[in-house]
Amino acid sequence: MKIVLKNLTKIFPNRNKKAGGDVVAVDNFDFEIPDGKLVGLLGPSGCGKSTTLNLISGLETPTKGQIFFGEEDVTNIPPENRGVGLVFQSYALYPHLTVFKNIQFPLENLKKDQKLTKEEMASRVKKAASLVQIDELMDRKPGELSGGQQQRVAIARALVKTPKVLLLDEPLSNLDARLRLQTREEIKRIQQETKVTTIFVTHDQDEAMSISDLIVVMKDGAVHQIDEPQKVYDHPVNLFVAKFLGTPPINVFEGEIKNNELFIGNDSVFKLKDTPDRKVYVGIRPEGFILSDSGCLKCNLNRLEVMGRDMSVISTNDACINDSGVIRSIINSDANISLGNKEVRFNLKESKVHIFDKETEDCIDIEVLRNE
Amino acid sequence: MNKLRPVKPWIYLLPAILFLGIFMIYPLIDVFIYSVEEGYNSASQTRFGVGGYNYSYVLRDPYFLQAVKNTFLIVIITVPISTGLALLISLGLSSIKKLQEWFQTIYFLPYVTNTLAVGLVFMILFKKTAYSDGLINMFLSMFGAGPVDFIEGSYAAKMFVMCLYTIWIVMPFKVLILTSALASVPKVYYSAAKVDGTSSFRIFRKITLPMISPMLSYLIITGFIGAFKAYSDEVALFGTDLNAAGMNTIVGYVYDMLYGNNGGYPSFAAAAAIILFAIVLTITVINLMISRKSVVK
Repeated sequence: MKIVLKNLTKIFPNRNKKAGGDVVAVDNFDFEIPDGKLVGLLGPSGCGKSTTLNLISGLETPTKGQIFFGEEDVTNIPPENRGVGLVFQSYALYPHLTVFKNIQFPLENLKKDQKLTKEEMASRVKKAASLVQIDELMDRKPGELSGGQQQRVAIARALVKTPKVLLLDEPLSNLDARLRLQTREEIKRIQQETKVTTIFVTHDQDEAMSISDLIVVMKDGAVHQIDEPQKVYDHPVNLFVAKFLGTPPINVFEGEIKNNELFIGNDSVFKLKDTPDRKVYVGIRPEGFILSDSGCLKCNLNRLEVMGRDMSVISTNDACINDSGVIRSIINSDANISLGNKEVRFNLKESKVHIFDKETEDCIDIEVLRNE
Repeated sequence: MNKLRPVKPWIYLLPAILFLGIFMIYPLIDVFIYSVEEGYNSASQTRFGVGGYNYSYVLRDPYFLQAVKNTFLIVIITVPISTGLALLISLGLSSIKKLQEWFQTIYFLPYVTNTLAVGLVFMILFKKTAYSDGLINMFLSMFGAGPVDFIEGSYAAKMFVMCLYTIWIVMPFKVLILTSALASVPKVYYSAAKVDGTSSFRIFRKITLPMISPMLSYLIITGFIGAFKAYSDEVALFGTDLNAAGMNTIVGYVYDMLYGNNGGYPSFAAAAAIILFAIVLTITVINLMISRKSVVK
């Protein structure tokens, strides 16, 4: 089932009326989620991700705009008739019911011609439970389960009705780091097995990048970019998206385009083809640095961090405006670098360098002239 | 240090133990001793012997039997009705948004009002005087019914007023407890149930009720105990001579045996008190046994 959002807007009235100004949680969303995909809604907290999810589930009604499941307009259909399965951030498992009864709960609500016999319910529950591999936990209460197990029960409960759309609100945020890795693989597997269109919300770019077919990067209620994870990483549309994706984060420098040359500080790093002069931000991915004695970008060497496969060169440059204050570049560990040197010089990989207008922070397309 | 360790906790507990011992344990034992001393005379500090005579006297005393009947009626009528009504009211309170606090205050007012003041209001409502038959009777006469003498009339009329009064006075506390119990049920369960298409009756039965069941069971148990110990409410409505009004309770009987017009029989009072204790204990144990099965932890 594909999902289409048309001019979807949600405005919450400000609680403090004197302060005035309503909060626009979701601002004019207009995009389509193809059938059977796993989509990650990614953004910093408070950007309207969860509200978007609630709008799709029907728990919130939009101020403006429409939601379509396939060809059907579901904007005014109550949540129970939309055929969505929702996994809450806190899982919301009923503490007084066993795992079996929790999973069975949605089935007991079915009415009239959809009504199931006890045996049918039991077999549906068993099927959902074995999908998420919790067959042995059926008689336990939620309080007797670990976080990861509770998560699986919550997913089984959302899937037992065979929903058209599965929605997950911050599915991994309550798990510890190792379980998180495991569970995200699990979500991917379950999604691929059931082929149900799945939307999940996360503020963790790692999570979104690793399992999504498509990511939607959001900020302050607005969509910034929708694309496949790798494409978003390789071609960020603006400085925010560039900074939000990638670990370690992108290095940002103040720069300038002057006489068809790109400057970082006083270093000319690229010759460009006919580009108007302007002030810019230059974003360089950590893997975009090439160590070279004759490199065009001069930095002050700070220290090295060796990680086996590769190493990080930590350096500083006056033009760098990273929050951490240092430039982190990842270099193959074969590289020869002596700590005696105060200065370290880099050449830059063109594809890993992104230029943003200083005013709008939008990405600028440049064409680099090769002079070697 | 190590030697002190077993002593220290006891030192901390000592004030409470002393206090409870002097004012709770000792009187309890003493009451029990009184209740088996036959023909005890408090003035001369003499007794005839030890045995069960006090109990058999009390159990055959028509005033006591009337008091037991009244008490049980009050318990059986008021505890379920007041708890049920309180649940309905708090469900209503928690589902309205406007003026919620205002309504909460109104429903809580009877709790902070003095029993005797409430009694006075009930008198105005129900009592016949030389000048009027009471507000309720005026109301009844508009429909051509009555007048009914609620305070000095038939047993049923008196019991009706008594139960109404009791329900009215115990309800605010229950409303308060249940409103906060309802507020403490996380909203996310309701959202989850809504997405799953649960009807509101099923949400109430399968989610709300189990989630507030510990508080509900607490209210029922304390409600039973409180109703069994009813006395001041009866005095507020029917005055101190409850035996004459036929509206005495077990606690009232104990009081009368000690200090009433025909009083001065601490042994009978003690026996009645022990019987009351046995009744309350039995009912509470049964309550706890039921709640252990049905209350969700």
